[in-house]
Amino acid sequence: MLRDITIGQHFPGNSVVHRMDPRMKLLVTVLYIVVLFAASNPLGLALSIGLLALLYVAAKIPLKLITKSLKPIMPVVLFTAILNLFFITGQGQPLFHWWFFKIYAEGVRYAVLMAVRVLALIAGTSLLTYTTSPIVLTDAIERVLNPLAKLHLPVHELAMMMTIALRFIPTLIEETDKIMNAQKARGAQLDSGTLKQRIQALVPVLIPLFISAFRRADELAMAMECRCYRGGEGRTRLKVLHCGARDWLCLAVCLAAFAVVLSTRWIWQGIAL
Amino acid sequence: MTAIIETQHLTHIYGAGMPDATVALEDVSFSVEAGDFVGIIGSTGSGKSTLISHFNGLLKPTSGKILVDGEDIWADPSQIRKFRFLVGMVMQYPEYQLFEETVYKDIAFGPKNMGLSEQEIDRRVHRAAEFCGLPADYLNRSPFELSGGQKRRVAIAGVLAMEPRILVLDEPAAGLDPEGRDTILSQIRQYHKDTGTTVLLVSHSMEDIARYANRVLVMDQRRVAMYDDVEKVFARAPELLELGLSVPQVTKIFLKLREMGLDIPTDVYTTPYAVKTVLKALEAKKEAAGC
Repeated sequence: MLRDITIGQHFPGNSVVHRMDPRMKLLVTVLYIVVLFAASNPLGLALSIGLLALLYVAAKIPLKLITKSLKPIMPVVLFTAILNLFFITGQGQPLFHWWFFKIYAEGVRYAVLMAVRVLALIAGTSLLTYTTSPIVLTDAIERVLNPLAKLHLPVHELAMMMTIALRFIPTLIEETDKIMNAQKARGAQLDSGTLKQRIQALVPVLIPLFISAFRRADELAMAMECRCYRGGEGRTRLKVLHCGARDWLCLAVCLAAFAVVLSTRWIWQGIAL
Repeated sequence: MTAIIETQHLTHIYGAGMPDATVALEDVSFSVEAGDFVGIIGSTGSGKSTLISHFNGLLKPTSGKILVDGEDIWADPSQIRKFRFLVGMVMQYPEYQLFEETVYKDIAFGPKNMGLSEQEIDRRVHRAAEFCGLPADYLNRSPFELSGGQKRRVAIAGVLAMEPRILVLDEPAAGLDPEGRDTILSQIRQYHKDTGTTVLLVSHSMEDIARYANRVLVMDQRRVAMYDDVEKVFARAPELLELGLSVPQVTKIFLKLREMGLDIPTDVYTTPYAVKTVLKALEAKKEAAGC
């Protein structure tokens, strides 16, 4: 069950998307999110999904992975969609009326748009993590935030913390699995009983998990010290990021595409009128 | 003798139906007699851990059946806990599962889940602690202030306190010093002798298997490669070596000696028996020289 989570996973490859400079990818992803929200009309959404699909094809990420990454957030999406469906009131006659439930045409429209937008958002940000290894990604984040170091913001430390956190997600998931099995073997009931019983049943899992996380942190700190780690100051890199002509070209193409999507804001108004 | 564990065409596929499905066990059928001490060996990835996780229902077979004490454990999934108490499972590095404030409470976790009376729990905790060589004054200490070897004993005691009829141990001695290793394993053997509990022991040490087990199950490539009495398995040394496994050092020496032309048996796998055989061979040589 825990193994099915693919958000934040990396799938190595050698496509154009994989090789693009991570700082550019980060920038493009942020812009993509902005565009998704700025151009939330049916045409804009359709165009941005089409663009995303093209990028997925270019990155050679199988379709199955996308559906797998969207699955865990489906309940949230459905929940917000249903809320929107019932709580948006519009002009004119409701489409459906029962007791105090009223559904308006605007509600349906907004619920669908909202759901599609959230799904496109997750799929888009997943593409970034699918095609960029966590280490490269945090490296890029550190570089992008570097100007803030002048304001005495611990940019390097934050990036290092992120790298470590990402690195240990799979390890801790595996550990949780093991501990759950060990306690189940001693008769713990983790998946039945009342809510209170279930929360109590988590104690035998959480305590060993915390202890092992602290132990791992301790060991990691020791290992880092053994390799003379002393923070970011004066630290050089094994792999220095380079922005080549290809990266600028990719960025230009993406920007142009975003501009087109953004222009639907006005075009759609024209169509709707 | 009756079979206490029986698997019938047991197959397990991780992520069945998914693109990344991997077969971890394929058509495994064997049975363990009550009172046996079975050693399970196999190279990494051969399916040992997957196999033993089936005995108490931590994993559900993709196809095939597991019978414990003659009953199909998955006949009624809501009754699976009954089998978890019947088959005690000590996982790898079990000391990482400790969580209670005191050693006593931690050992009592299993029996408490069984719904036993306060008195019975108390009896079982003391008995299990004694079996594992934990002094009585340890019971009120926090498990986290003990040494690694002691923690492991507490964890094993926690499983023994459920008084299972079958005890499954996944490398209980891994990472311990030689003395700790011998103590834990001989305590397990003592427990096996005293209570008649069926024991299944996964180990990478051929010496340990030779010393403690009476039957050996060899796993290879997700299947059972051999399952026989310990001397018969270790007599097939060349095959074991081919599977990436080994035989006890004594057996290796004897195989070499036999290759060199000495007339000695190949089923030697423990030191005392080896000494006896060598003395016998020397005597025979002396007699031959005396003639």
